[in-house]
Amino acid sequence: MTPTVSLIIIAVLAVTGVYVSWRAGRLDRLHTRVETARASLDAALVRRSSVALELASSGLLDPATSLLLADQAHTARSAQDGRELAESDLTRTLRAVFSQPDFRGSLGEAGHATELLAELEAAAQQVFLARKFYNDAVGVTLIARRRWLARILRLAGGAPLPEFFEIDDSLGPADQDGQGTDMPHLAS
Amino acid sequence: MRVGLVCPYSWDVPGGVQEHIRDLAEALIDLGHHVSVISPADDDAVLPGYVVPAGRAVAVPYNGSVARLAFGPLSAGRVRRWIKDGDFDVLHVHEPTAPSLSLLACWVADGPIVATVHGATARSRALHAFEPVLRSALEKINGRIAVSEAARTTLVEHLGGDAVLIPNGVTVSRYEKAEPLAGWPGEGGAIGFLGRMDEPRKGLPVLLRAFEIIGGQRPGLRLLIAGPGDGDDVLARVPAELRDRVVLLGQVSEAVKVQVYHSVDVFCAPNTGGESFGIVLAEAMAAGAPIVASDLDAFRRVLRRGAAGELFANGDAEDLAAAIGRLLDDPRRRATLSAAASAAVRDYDWPKIARDVVQVYEAVLPVGADERAPAAP
Repeated sequence: MTPTVSLIIIAVLAVTGVYVSWRAGRLDRLHTRVETARASLDAALVRRSSVALELASSGLLDPATSLLLADQAHTARSAQDGRELAESDLTRTLRAVFSQPDFRGSLGEAGHATELLAELEAAAQQVFLARKFYNDAVGVTLIARRRWLARILRLAGGAPLPEFFEIDDSLGPADQDGQGTDMPHLAS
Repeated sequence: MRVGLVCPYSWDVPGGVQEHIRDLAEALIDLGHHVSVISPADDDAVLPGYVVPAGRAVAVPYNGSVARLAFGPLSAGRVRRWIKDGDFDVLHVHEPTAPSLSLLACWVADGPIVATVHGATARSRALHAFEPVLRSALEKINGRIAVSEAARTTLVEHLGGDAVLIPNGVTVSRYEKAEPLAGWPGEGGAIGFLGRMDEPRKGLPVLLRAFEIIGGQRPGLRLLIAGPGDGDDVLARVPAELRDRVVLLGQVSEAVKVQVYHSVDVFCAPNTGGESFGIVLAEAMAAGAPIVASDLDAFRRVLRRGAAGELFANGDAEDLAAAIGRLLDDPRRRATLSAAASAAVRDYDWPKIARDVVQVYEAVLPVGADERAPAAP
């Protein structure tokens, strides 16, 4: 073997090594992004059910509405396996409660009510955004992990496959008022 | 007496609570009382004259399933107006812990309130956590009624305190007479079953095993099954040679249901548990059907420890087959049981039950208020 051939082989190995470690680093970064996004999503969901519980116990609502809201917020917060279903149910309950005729009017202009509703709307929007960004991260990561290099060399190591989080998080009929946004807004 | 009844569930959806309120309202009207019922219903729904619609119920997740309930400011406003216009002596709410009209009525009312608890549900943790919010509404209830021991247990767990037990009624006159379905019971004899086919606690699997035993011995014997569920699934559990002797009616109308009770030689209630009273059993008794039932506590009580119907060891298909066989061979025993059942069910006849309920109303009226009320006939 001539020195030239040896040099070429060494160079190819070095380039391959650098490439592989770069891909592994990217996968690692993607997993970190999924984890951070998941943490934000969890926080947003917990915040939403907490505000819903606070509204239920505020004494602003009639007892039937309070009980419905409290029951579902509680179920969502304590769900282990059926989390997606429970969170979707909370969305449906919120939608049913807020779409009651004269719901806003009955709360009056009390500062406390306005504040709570604004907080709930913000919490619901955070859920919507956090879920979108989380699923986005999951999608990119899944594609990266499906590539042949990642699979053959097991670049992801023992990291579990991330899963999409699918819930119903729209608060009203889709973009009825033509604001051109898909952010959820409370029915007014 | 002016009575306001509050129904928490949609009037136009079939259900035990709605039927109970309908029968109670009609029995009270027959006793000479003024009755108004408020219930979730569409404004343009066709309703009996005594029902006032409170607006459409909304399907919403509650307690692990989707329920159709009425809540929110509009419903509360309508209940408030109904109470004001009704000028009732007594308000009688049903299922007060369901987040619907009954709870709203307790919230806005300030006269005497009687509450009936129907369901035996697991304790809702939300109910517990929100006791302070609900307490002020539920504490206004002056007298409580439970329709079964199981319902009473639920009530005590949820709300504390005690309740008087008044069972579900059955309008005996509605079941007494009916033509059998064409071709029934037939020469070889017929067994009847009514209830959900896919709910194991209703006991259909036990009856099917018993039919396998007894059907093989008696070539003409047929089995008549009425109730919702997957019929193919039921037939798959019957041996092929017996399949054409199992007749599935599916879900039937009220009128056909009455006919079913009159179409069989032996009516079977093989429930394995969970039944607090057994409305099906009471209906069959009202129709004068000879009955074979499992020996659950509730059934034993209703059937007068076996005097008004044959009892078999719960879940034991061989014992059930033997009991059915004995009855099929003994027309005199069947006639005795039929007469005894018709007599025993009088205790659950609505006019009698309604009088007991009126007693509860009178107990919660403020002292000195009863001169307004007409004497019950």
